[in-house]
Amino acid sequence: MNSVIFTNTLRFVLLLLVQVLLLNNINFLGYINPYLYVLFILLYPFNANQTLFIFLSFLLGWGVDIFEDSGGINAAACVVAAYIRPAILRFSFGVSYDYQTIKFSSTQPGSRLSYVLILVLVHHFVLFLLEFFNFAHLLLLLKKTFFSAVFTIILVFLTLALFNKRSR
Amino acid sequence: MQQIINFLIRNKNNILFLLLLTFSLFLTIQSHSYQKSKFISSANFMSGGIYSWTSNINSYFHLEQYNLRLLEENERLRTRLAGYEDSLEIETYKDTSSFDADYIFRASEVINNNYAKIDNYLTIKSGARDGIERDMGVVTSKGIVGIVENVSPNYSTVISILNSNSRINAQLKRSNHFGTLVWNGEDPAVVQLTDVPSVAPLAEGDTIITGGRSLIFPKGIPIGAVKNFSLDQSESYYNIDIQLFNDMTNIGYVYIIENTSQSEIRALQNLTKDE
Repeated sequence: MNSVIFTNTLRFVLLLLVQVLLLNNINFLGYINPYLYVLFILLYPFNANQTLFIFLSFLLGWGVDIFEDSGGINAAACVVAAYIRPAILRFSFGVSYDYQTIKFSSTQPGSRLSYVLILVLVHHFVLFLLEFFNFAHLLLLLKKTFFSAVFTIILVFLTLALFNKRSR
Repeated sequence: MQQIINFLIRNKNNILFLLLLTFSLFLTIQSHSYQKSKFISSANFMSGGIYSWTSNINSYFHLEQYNLRLLEENERLRTRLAGYEDSLEIETYKDTSSFDADYIFRASEVINNNYAKIDNYLTIKSGARDGIERDMGVVTSKGIVGIVENVSPNYSTVISILNSNSRINAQLKRSNHFGTLVWNGEDPAVVQLTDVPSVAPLAEGDTIITGGRSLIFPKGIPIGAVKNFSLDQSESYYNIDIQLFNDMTNIGYVYIIENTSQSEIRALQNLTKDE
């Protein structure tokens, strides 16, 4: 149990620093940034306390917001993603998810992809919706959501492949 | 009572979710209103410290460019100084149309710069201890950058001209027709000038400078060149795209402009409004 707390604390701090110091400055093609810090929300133990999880996700998002001067957009997106995560888990991994201790690394590739895809899309859509704060730029909003999500998903899987042994 | 507590415990996740969501929406809405000072910003001890630490490393990679920029600026200023000394001998000449108020320039370093979002901010390494205050203008040797928004003892955040809330008074260099400088959120090298009357003589490549109407920037600071322009629906105002002289994606060092008569003028204007 202690090692779970340690891993998640380390992941929290590292992802926050990597996000604000490195990834927010990529600006690929002018406006596309990956938001790798959702990896924390993706990998947080499935059977852990939901209340604490929502609160930690909020703190992570707010941390990114403080560095980015963006108000509360990342915090809101993280809270929404954390809140609906059980529903996405149930959708992607089927009923077997309920009350079972499945691990992210031991799931089917297909359902793993759908889990990552849905969660990242939801997070990014809320994030950019709040960033733009109106529907006048709807096309730009969807474009930005889509390209950033693709970038994030690629990075998520690369990171997973890189740290596979350690996170198992 | 028991039932209420049971209800709260059963729904603690939903309640926590709604609370945190409301709080983050509150922060978001606050960040979208321009005039309000923000509750928390990157000009704090923690993030300011981390940003200045990384920018220390980062600045080494741009040293050559910054030196070149300083050289260019020195060259320009020296040329101007030489001309000024010449004219002193012939006649006492004072330009009263521009730079008529007293302005103090302070140099500072940019430690964080956003330009890919729709509301962008910069963080600079000077704060209240260096005499920085809210609503001071920020420029580089090439053009304007933004306006100081929040100030902490050692750091300040600057609302960039690449921010959908930014409104800056600007005018044509050739004539005195003025308009409002805004940004549509698309290209960090192009900003828009609106509300320029259609009678203004306009051509591609015309220089746009700051107008003297705001108390923040002195008149005559360069902004950019006209890229293309079109009339709006009512055909009485131009919408102009402006190519910025500044590369907003690589700023480095900036000057902060203090208008020493700002408070006096503002007090006077408030007095006039009250009566």
